[in-house]
Amino acid sequence: MKGWFPLLLTVALALALVFLTLPVIAIFVDSSPAELVESLGEPGALDALWLSLRVTAISLAVILLVGTPAAYLLATRAFRGKALVVTLVELPLVLPPAVAGIALLAAVGPSGILGGAIDATGIELALQTAGVVVALTFVASPFYIRQAMASFASVDRTLLDASRTLGASEARGFLRVMIPAALPGLAAGTALALGRALGEFGATLMFAGSFQGITQTVPLAIYDRFSTDFESALALSAVLVAVSAGILLSVKFVQGGEALGIAAR
Amino acid sequence: MRRALAVVLCALAGCGGGDDEEPRLVVSAGSSMSEALTECGRDFEGAAVRLSFGGSDELAAQIRQGVKPDVLASANTSIPEELHAEGLLSQPVEFATNKLVIAVPAGSDIRETADLRREGMTLVMGSESVPIGSYTREVLDRLPGGEGDVILGNVRSEEPDVKGIVGKLIQGAADAGFVYLTDVTAAGDALEAIPLPSVIQPDVTYAAGVVRSAKQPELAREFVAGLREGGCADALSEAGFGEAP
Repeated sequence: MKGWFPLLLTVALALALVFLTLPVIAIFVDSSPAELVESLGEPGALDALWLSLRVTAISLAVILLVGTPAAYLLATRAFRGKALVVTLVELPLVLPPAVAGIALLAAVGPSGILGGAIDATGIELALQTAGVVVALTFVASPFYIRQAMASFASVDRTLLDASRTLGASEARGFLRVMIPAALPGLAAGTALALGRALGEFGATLMFAGSFQGITQTVPLAIYDRFSTDFESALALSAVLVAVSAGILLSVKFVQGGEALGIAAR
Repeated sequence: MRRALAVVLCALAGCGGGDDEEPRLVVSAGSSMSEALTECGRDFEGAAVRLSFGGSDELAAQIRQGVKPDVLASANTSIPEELHAEGLLSQPVEFATNKLVIAVPAGSDIRETADLRREGMTLVMGSESVPIGSYTREVLDRLPGGEGDVILGNVRSEEPDVKGIVGKLIQGAADAGFVYLTDVTAAGDALEAIPLPSVIQPDVTYAAGVVRSAKQPELAREFVAGLREGGCADALSEAGFGEAP
């Protein structure tokens, strides 16, 4: 033994590893694969999975479409109050989900400050699938924007400058040079946002409610089954674990572990 | 320094204190009792009462998963009876009654169950597993001529407890919901209660019991008795609950 410090480090890691993996492993210990598949055949569970897939895809599309140029601007321009803007954009990252739910109700709920204006357009959000998308986008987009900003900022600017010298417009440089160069980081940001959106619970329940096939995403379905059908709750949880692990692994695989290094930075 | 850290961590996490401290009585109770029990829980003598509110079905599920509060107070009699049959709870004691009502935001033009059939109506109710949800389904089943199915078709959210229903109504996210009369009373001027005809009114009776291997069985029995008679019984009747038969 070389000393007490390396031992301390090892013990700390062992503790962290057991604490973090044991609950996840327990999900699979309690139920056999056959039982898992069987519980998933139930219509409510399938509805929840299908709904989660749809709303997560829509909200990710919105996040990528708006978040990518916004992050590019923040990464490449200096302006007064930029630090404040960045902080405001990142704020939902640390908001408790219940606060996000209350905040969404106060802002775009039926009696929220924009409620009347939204109502006038004929769009309904509260208790609707669209409301789930709003909740997911609100909580997940900072994960992407933050990561995208870091990736754009770390791209070698001479690449963009070279494309400009060769006569390309900034828009072209953005699409053809910056996005490809920042792609690993953008993919990692997408994965983080995807994971957060898929797991969203509190804001969805408070803002969009819980109704099979309309607003009951997988986490809400798990909660709903917790008291009546623990098996089925476990099965849905297992799916989320598998999907989340898949997201994490695919990012690691595609970028050789680099992108998640950026995520940690 | 290290001791200071331990003290701070203990204060934050609530480690067990010295012997002179009051014992702690953990009470799991259905969401609909939160206002009434919070008040009388503070006055309970002999223990610091820690209340945990949620859907009665979730509280029962926690007990089945090995969580051990001292007392379970449920918004129905079937959950405590099931737990009793499973050997997880003492013989349940009925301690209060309530009434199911239609709750609407103040100023609504909804006046009776028939109004809930209107097209475009947004309704919220409890999910099937929570007592408020099963009472609501009981009521809808008793409505004549398939009226209940039409109303179910207007339901846009099935909430895990009454708090969720009341919140959606106060926020204007829904036009009406089925809750207990006491919830409307607790919401003040924000909500109005529309009584149900007595032929479809379900028998809403609350029951409580002492959880098996409770840490404070004596105090737990005292608390349960107090729900029928004494401090908490008064608080319940003040909140609009009826007396148990």
